[in-house]
Amino acid sequence: MIKIKNISKSFNDKSILRNISGEFDKGKTNLIIGSSGTGKSVLLKCIVGLLHPDTGNAFYDLRNFTEADKEIKSEIRREIGMLFQGGALFDSKNVEKNVMFPLDILTKMPLAEKLDRANFCLKRVGLENANKKMASELSGGMKKRVGIARAIVNNPNYLFCDEPNSGLDPQTSIVIDELILELTHEFNITTIVVTHDMNSVLGIGEKIMFLYKGDKLWEGSNNDITHSGVKELDDFVFINKVMKSLKGKSLT
Amino acid sequence: MKKFGRYVIFLVSLVVRRETFTTYYKLVVDECMQIGVKSIALFVLVSTFMGAVTTVQTAFNLVTPLVPRYVIAQVIREMTILELAPTIMAIIFAGKIGSSMAGGLGTMRITEQIDALEVMGINSSSYLVLPKIIASMLMYPMLVIFAGVCSILGGYLVGTMTDIMTPTEFAMGLRASFNSYTITFALIKSFVFAFLIASISCFKGYYTHGGALEVGIASTEAVTSSVIAILLADYFLANLLL
Repeated sequence: MIKIKNISKSFNDKSILRNISGEFDKGKTNLIIGSSGTGKSVLLKCIVGLLHPDTGNAFYDLRNFTEADKEIKSEIRREIGMLFQGGALFDSKNVEKNVMFPLDILTKMPLAEKLDRANFCLKRVGLENANKKMASELSGGMKKRVGIARAIVNNPNYLFCDEPNSGLDPQTSIVIDELILELTHEFNITTIVVTHDMNSVLGIGEKIMFLYKGDKLWEGSNNDITHSGVKELDDFVFINKVMKSLKGKSLT
Repeated sequence: MKKFGRYVIFLVSLVVRRETFTTYYKLVVDECMQIGVKSIALFVLVSTFMGAVTTVQTAFNLVTPLVPRYVIAQVIREMTILELAPTIMAIIFAGKIGSSMAGGLGTMRITEQIDALEVMGINSSSYLVLPKIIASMLMYPMLVIFAGVCSILGGYLVGTMTDIMTPTEFAMGLRASFNSYTITFALIKSFVFAFLIASISCFKGYYTHGGALEVGIASTEAVTSSVIAILLADYFLANLLL
């Protein structure tokens, strides 16, 4: 479980996040949603330590990550897998080496074992025959899958996904979403997904935190989202006619 | 001053929370290939022509018959060892390798590859930058020696083939009043220049923010700042060591 307490962050006196608190459950896909510029990615970066919050802390299973010394931080980081928006694959390495990279650096596994583990993860994300392809040869969806394979290769306890569907077609988006959901349940990981994709919200949002202009306005699940009673959330969710009609059905 | 302070902090960050020796060993070997071996052709071409042109221009300026022809070879030797091989080649090295380092790291930054390393618990600056600096300091002095030989060879070929002087005169000039300390000085300069080019270029690339435009700006700034640093260091080292 990951718990955040009173996280605030400003850039050049511009307040981006204000006193965000909440809990992200183990074995569930926890979503942070909100429109562009609301501070979702900044919150995620504060949680994983890429940014230091001005105030507040992030706790990984009761371990205070924000205030931890370098060694404990390093130890916790080894339990983290992260999927970045663009995949963040290393250009100079092929798919196999990208996936094996965390094992190369963080473990003393023999090569054969590392290869087995990388192949298992690649197979798990549906990329059995792409081992020798370079990052530049992959499509957007494939990059995301390789990113997921790299994120889970080290058996993480915590998985972070920053807008996993950005730039993908709706079909591939659903495949990626389902993969994240399956992996979360299969490995009992605490997963946090930052997204503004409504398909993801309704499809995999087992626990959802809604941010609006740097504040947390609502928390709940995808079953509750259609009757939250929060105007800003309704404006975000029911933006088009299809969603509005869905709301009508759910309310009746 | 703020930037200089940031640069110093950046240098310190390279040596804290390091990875294993084996990790660095592999990375340094890879970087040596990129930085050293792949620069040889350019260094041969530039230094050979530099030596050749220096020969022709020195001969053109030596109008009095009172000065013996072997002095041309002496001038080539001194110019090559003291300035052409370490300093001018450093400017070319900054253009080729410095911009590539800054561009590469800048791209890694904007595509979140550096963030990916940090999330994995790796000291990204140490992992990415330290091998580049070590490889530069290993390879650049070798390239300077190589460039010096090629420059003198270029001077010899042009000097003898165009009848500016005979092979004997050239050999005499190369050996006349030779002070071996100039080679030590050139090598000291090459170590310092290699460190400056690699560290400044990596610093510029590592702290890139924005998009493709900023990567281009970082590459340009890397070369400009490296060249300024080379020229300043050249002056101070000459004052200090000669």
